[in-house]
Amino acid sequence: MSPYLNDVLYGWYPYFCLTVFLLGSLLRFDASQYTWRTGSSQLLRRRQLVWGSNLFHVGILVIFGGHLVGLLTPVAVFEFLGISHTFKQVLAMAVGGIAGIGCFAGITLLVHRRLFDARIRNNSSWGDIIILLMLYGQLSLGLLTIIVSAHHLDGGEMVKFMGWAQGIVTLHPGVSALIQDVSPIFKLHLFLGMTIFLVFPFTRLVHVWSAPVWYLGRTGFQVVRRRPLLHPALPVKGD
Amino acid sequence: MKIRAQIAMVLNLDKCIGCHTCSVTCKNVWTSREGMEYAWFNNVETKPGIGYPKDWENQDRWNGGWRRRHNGTIEPRIGSKWRILSHIFANPDLPEIDDYYEPFTFDYAHLQTAPEGRTMPTARPRSLISGERMDKIVWGPNWEEILGGAFADRAQDHNFEGVQKEIYGAFENTFMMYLPRLCEHCLNPACAAVCPSGAIYKREEDGIVLIDQDKCRGWRMCVSGCPYKKIYYNWSSGKSEKCIFCYPRIEAGQPTVCSETCVGRIRYLGVMLYDADRIAEAASVADDGDLYQAQLDLFLDPFDPAVQAQARADGIADAWLEAARRSPVWKMAMDWKIAFPLHPEYRTLPMVWYVPPLSPVQAAATRGDLGLVNGIPDVNALRIPVEYLANLLTAGRTAPITMALRRMLAMRAYMRARTVDGVVVGSIAEAVGLSGPDIEDMYQLMAIANYEDRFVIPTAHRETGEDSFQTRGSCGFSFGEGCSGRTGFSLFDAKNPKTTRTRNPMEVV
Repeated sequence: MSPYLNDVLYGWYPYFCLTVFLLGSLLRFDASQYTWRTGSSQLLRRRQLVWGSNLFHVGILVIFGGHLVGLLTPVAVFEFLGISHTFKQVLAMAVGGIAGIGCFAGITLLVHRRLFDARIRNNSSWGDIIILLMLYGQLSLGLLTIIVSAHHLDGGEMVKFMGWAQGIVTLHPGVSALIQDVSPIFKLHLFLGMTIFLVFPFTRLVHVWSAPVWYLGRTGFQVVRRRPLLHPALPVKGD
Repeated sequence: MKIRAQIAMVLNLDKCIGCHTCSVTCKNVWTSREGMEYAWFNNVETKPGIGYPKDWENQDRWNGGWRRRHNGTIEPRIGSKWRILSHIFANPDLPEIDDYYEPFTFDYAHLQTAPEGRTMPTARPRSLISGERMDKIVWGPNWEEILGGAFADRAQDHNFEGVQKEIYGAFENTFMMYLPRLCEHCLNPACAAVCPSGAIYKREEDGIVLIDQDKCRGWRMCVSGCPYKKIYYNWSSGKSEKCIFCYPRIEAGQPTVCSETCVGRIRYLGVMLYDADRIAEAASVADDGDLYQAQLDLFLDPFDPAVQAQARADGIADAWLEAARRSPVWKMAMDWKIAFPLHPEYRTLPMVWYVPPLSPVQAAATRGDLGLVNGIPDVNALRIPVEYLANLLTAGRTAPITMALRRMLAMRAYMRARTVDGVVVGSIAEAVGLSGPDIEDMYQLMAIANYEDRFVIPTAHRETGEDSFQTRGSCGFSFGEGCSGRTGFSLFDAKNPKTTRTRNPMEVV
């Protein structure tokens, strides 16, 4: 890959994706909350969903959390804690591998259901199908990277990605040079990953923003919408 | 004491003829849209039967409503907040659309485009979900109409619990009744409690329970939480929808569409005042059978000056207090005790109540004996078993049902004596704990059922609820997407024509 193309794809494309991701989400939330939903199809077909959805969601949450912590925690923190790169690499491969395989089994069920169950297929938008296939491809690439990483147990490659991700979020597009020479599998994985952020606001994925963790903090069970208290009537002149 | 008012409904099942006008007018107005074809905000079931969706009364299966914990508090039967969230990826308590029915249309065009053939062309059914042809329609919104099907099937009806049901399979002992059902607009709504988004709320001013279509994210817990299965997941929009009690009409002082169009004049709408501070206490009484009485105890006497004073202090308008004094619901539920909540054992404190139906006297023709007690048929000789009605309306307590049926029989006997024989027999009324004027009032409200007696609906006081100057130029009622721009922040540097937005504060009790 030419250094120029590498710089475009891994130096500047991330900012394009992040901008669309953030502004697009905000715009959709502002303009069209009626379309902001999970898009659950459980009512139409329960079969395959219970296993598929649970495995997929739990798996992908673990993987997402792993990526977030693993990529964005400064290297110095790991060194301070005395966690070696090799240990972190093996840990990431093990946890990510287990979660990834579970997630892969789940998403396989979901893809099968979405494409081959007439009820679901007929009520799927192109966006529903494309985003699911993108996630399927991304997960498959991610699992393939485990095989590649097995040749780099020293964690050297991993440190490159940490440097790249931290460089991007701290506004150093030049960090693309760090990953100039990594395996094409990683490059594809990164590119597709950024593209998922790009299309995120235009798909059902927006429900991720609305994960209802706040529900746990709601005291009591009843919800009553009160009449808003208005200002007392202004005194009429001459009263 | 915190007094709130609610527009409540009573349905007089004694007069329901099962014509489905309520269901059809409701559907035409509210649910004739893709994704909601299968949903009936109002439907009429023939009982006994498993109902719509199938077996909805079996909470061992669907886990709707509330459950009382050992410590005396209640929690949604589908689980605590943690358990609800842990089931968010796949909800184990969610019915599938086949439990309602697969919505279908027919290939009508084929009737016009079919080539010449030896047989008449037919319009075959086609699924509205998959778009595929259906070989056979196997279930519908009213599959059990008028005892359609075998006794073994309708005997699965959960209200037969504790009833020796086998004898009702015999043709001579068969009984049936209609049960029109809609959202109960409960005082203690389980749907609102289980909604992780907090999109479901009960309006303080009239008690109507609504789903904020912009806030709903489609986590679909409400479908499971509601024991009456009266929240429907719109599979097209991905949002849940429910009966809105025709609130745009109610606000204008008009009855709901189902009530307005009821040809049997069985529906009544009126104001009830209740003590909002004691809801939790009433909903968590130990014995299921006490829930009916506990709910009665929540209602406040609109004639009591202390109640009136407190109601005014709590912001209830005088027109509403006046309506509460004329409320047909108050008369039927409290004065005469002939209306009952549907399945009080769900602990939701429902606000759509039912007058149990009378039925022909059992085996009268064969015995040649009408089983008369003081000239009035014996309630226990009626064809519909009292235990069945009690399981439906009072969590199994038969005494209130028996008294209500006796009062309705007494009304008939009293008025027959007065109009046919020309004599007033006060003892008939006294035998059931009422007076002659009470009976005449009952007759006026239940038999004559004039429009203005059935519907005593004060108009909403929106002027106290919102500043209409601020809402000028807004879109009014819409099915979602109508009022965009909820954050009040515009990405495009547009001036917001609404000068200020008053956000409705949410109160969690």
